[in-house]
Amino acid sequence: MPQIIVEDLVKTFRVAERRPGLWGALRGVVRRRHRIVRALDGVSFALEPGELVGYIGPNGAGKSTTVKILAGILVPDAGRCEVLGRVPWHKRLDNARDVGVVFGQRTQLWWDLPVIESFELLRDIYRVEPAVYGRNRDELVALLDLEPLLDVPVRQLSLGQRMRCDLAASLLHAPPLVYLDEPTIGLDAVSKLAVRDFVKRLKRERGVTIILTTHDMDDIEALCQRILVIDEGRILSDGTLEQLRARVTPERWLTVDLVDSDADVTDPDATVIRREGHRMTLRFDPQEVSVPELIGRVSANYAIRDLFVENPPIEEIVARIYGDRRT
Amino acid sequence: MRAYWAIFQARFRVLLQYRAAALAGFGTQVFFGFVRVMVFDAFYRSSSSVQPMTFPEVVTYVWLGQAMLLLVLFRPDVEVRTMIRTGTVAYELVRPLDLYALWFSRTLAARTGPVLLRAVPMFIVAGLFLGLEAPASWVCAFLWVAATLAAVLLSAAVATLLTVMLLWTVSGEGLAALGPAMVFIFSGMIIPLPLWPEWAQPLLDFLPFRGMADVPFRIYMGHIPPGEAVYALLHQAVWIAVFIAAGRWLLARGTRRLVVQGG
Amino acid sequence: MLDALRLYTRYVGVSLRAQMQYPASFVMLATGQFLVTAIEFLGIWALFTRFGSLCEWTLPEVALFYGMVHVAFALSEAVARGFDVFPGMVRNGEFDRVLLRPRTTALQIGAQHLHVTRIGRLSQGLAILLYGAWALGVPWSLAKAGLLVASVLGGACLFSGIFVLQATAAFWTIESLEIVNCLTYGGVEAAQYPVTIFRPWFRRLFTFLVPLATINYFPAHAIIGRPEPLGSPVLFQWLAPVVGVAFLAATLQIWRVGVRHYRSTGN
Repeated sequence: MPQIIVEDLVKTFRVAERRPGLWGALRGVVRRRHRIVRALDGVSFALEPGELVGYIGPNGAGKSTTVKILAGILVPDAGRCEVLGRVPWHKRLDNARDVGVVFGQRTQLWWDLPVIESFELLRDIYRVEPAVYGRNRDELVALLDLEPLLDVPVRQLSLGQRMRCDLAASLLHAPPLVYLDEPTIGLDAVSKLAVRDFVKRLKRERGVTIILTTHDMDDIEALCQRILVIDEGRILSDGTLEQLRARVTPERWLTVDLVDSDADVTDPDATVIRREGHRMTLRFDPQEVSVPELIGRVSANYAIRDLFVENPPIEEIVARIYGDRRT
Repeated sequence: MRAYWAIFQARFRVLLQYRAAALAGFGTQVFFGFVRVMVFDAFYRSSSSVQPMTFPEVVTYVWLGQAMLLLVLFRPDVEVRTMIRTGTVAYELVRPLDLYALWFSRTLAARTGPVLLRAVPMFIVAGLFLGLEAPASWVCAFLWVAATLAAVLLSAAVATLLTVMLLWTVSGEGLAALGPAMVFIFSGMIIPLPLWPEWAQPLLDFLPFRGMADVPFRIYMGHIPPGEAVYALLHQAVWIAVFIAAGRWLLARGTRRLVVQGG
Repeated sequence: MLDALRLYTRYVGVSLRAQMQYPASFVMLATGQFLVTAIEFLGIWALFTRFGSLCEWTLPEVALFYGMVHVAFALSEAVARGFDVFPGMVRNGEFDRVLLRPRTTALQIGAQHLHVTRIGRLSQGLAILLYGAWALGVPWSLAKAGLLVASVLGGACLFSGIFVLQATAAFWTIESLEIVNCLTYGGVEAAQYPVTIFRPWFRRLFTFLVPLATINYFPAHAIIGRPEPLGSPVLFQWLAPVVGVAFLAATLQIWRVGVRHYRSTGN
């Protein structure tokens, strides 16, 4: 039974246009001209409980709009949407109780208060039973290593520390649904790993349904079984990472480390993409030449120290899928 | 040349955005002045005894007050306060400039611009519709201009002193909270100074604050006749000197204190 | 309802603790407020010594009107100033976070900032109110005391309603309506005097459109036991506080319209 159902969502915005020049500014005072932007143009998908979905797309594609509609903040122009059996914008208060949201660029904690006081305030806002709150809080503090931060005012925390606290804050009321909007943005490598680790455990141990919006492809690769790609208000792809790859291109990359840096590797079925000193990368289509065949040919004809075969980086895949759509 | 035009365009755009707020502020002041005039009207209707000022004079006084309101409103320099809080005031102290002169000129600039911007439309509107009368004579008008210039200088000197006091955090903040209120009352903005009881007049005459509002207003109306106006102007000048001297002295002591504490 | 009150008290505790961190500064600000407002009344007293009376009103009567409206305003200023920062929240998207919480938006916004220093204006208004009541020799009864409290609370509701209205404009214009300060600060300036001293059109503005006269003018007559010169029925004087509450309820409905607009157009 799907937990989230989204069907043919449409949302348009009226954006005021700024007119160029001084005369334009004066006219703009009297009468504003508007442009219609179709943020969502028929978006449909469904999520089962406990799924962890990556939601990717260029800026302005409609990701935040979708999340806002699911959270009940925004009302769509057309289409159907059900979250946990409710229509989110009709039942904003009930819906809000079952959802946790983290915005990567804005904290939900109170700036001047120590972290623990923000937590307590949230406990009262979400009406969490004291016993339940105590248990959740202790668990989250342990999982995210927040003990030393609890008495620190939020404005004194580093970005990584603040993000961990925000994650905990969004889960204090144990929501079955969590929306993470760019949670790793601007974080250092260690913090990113901590966040990813936490998200994995969240899904595994608590069965929370998670929608993860991100530009960081490493996040996607590390965490997401299922990926939704959106561009210009339409879903371009909905499936696993492998399916996404297969849709765009079956090609794979062969990287070889040569003994002799002057040597040049050529092969009828492969094209060179990159060359850096001893290392060369070639792209090939496994449907035209099988992997073992190509490896055999190359190692036979050239002095090789090391080689490996990989998939094209996900950025490539995603860039191509946007590109294909737009041409 | 094109660069300047572009800058002008950008500035103008910003101005257009502020017009709503400025208009609203102006409207609120007109409303306030209107209420004050009505209250005085009610008081004057209640008694037939002769008062130190006539009702038409009070009306002119009120509208002059609204026009020059920003001269008498004091808020300690926000920039300086943040500088002191964050410690960056140290950079100011290191500069090879006369710090008092710098702060004074900044305060002066901050007071002239906004005052002019508010005063001109207020004169027009109040003069045409609301009972603001013309100056009593050409001599009065001329002396009024001089008195107003002095008032601006006095206002800047007092404001700079308040800003300097911020260097003493606790007592400075306190004075910054209480000072403006005192100034407001003793300058005549609540009720015209002549209307306070007789026994209070000597004190009000001595205090510097009447130089900011009461003196120029009454010169304008001829309530202080041109012959006596000279003494009033002298009063302003003396107090300007006192406040500047006090400001300079306190600043010197204050910076020494900061340097000693290590900022 | 009780739940909302509990949450509100929590917010208040947070604000209090934040502002009490600098007790010296707090005391000075509150004292400054007290003095500023007290000296305004001193001006009124000075005018009374010169003119003897304000139309048909005496100083103690004006003191009563003055005190009631200032206490009401101080209360609402302390309580509803959260709506002051609301336009900024619309601009930077913080309002989205408010919508994400399972609580009414008005409660969350209103509870944000409690200005404890308003106690300066409040205690000053209270002192003058008590002086007026004592000087008039009001024959107190439980009912009259109740009416006094109700009037002040109703007045606080009315002013709060004006603040809500002022902030609601930000849903459409992004800025708040600065001009509404005429009705709040200007309104206090006018309503501290008995409305009969004003011209009829002005009087009607503050009786019917923005009914500030229901905060002090009408109930005070019932309290003093004086026949009201405009001829209003005594029942109306006793029920006047209800007007303030109804006004607040109405503005909260308009606020809801604003929230609905925000949710369909985004920001």
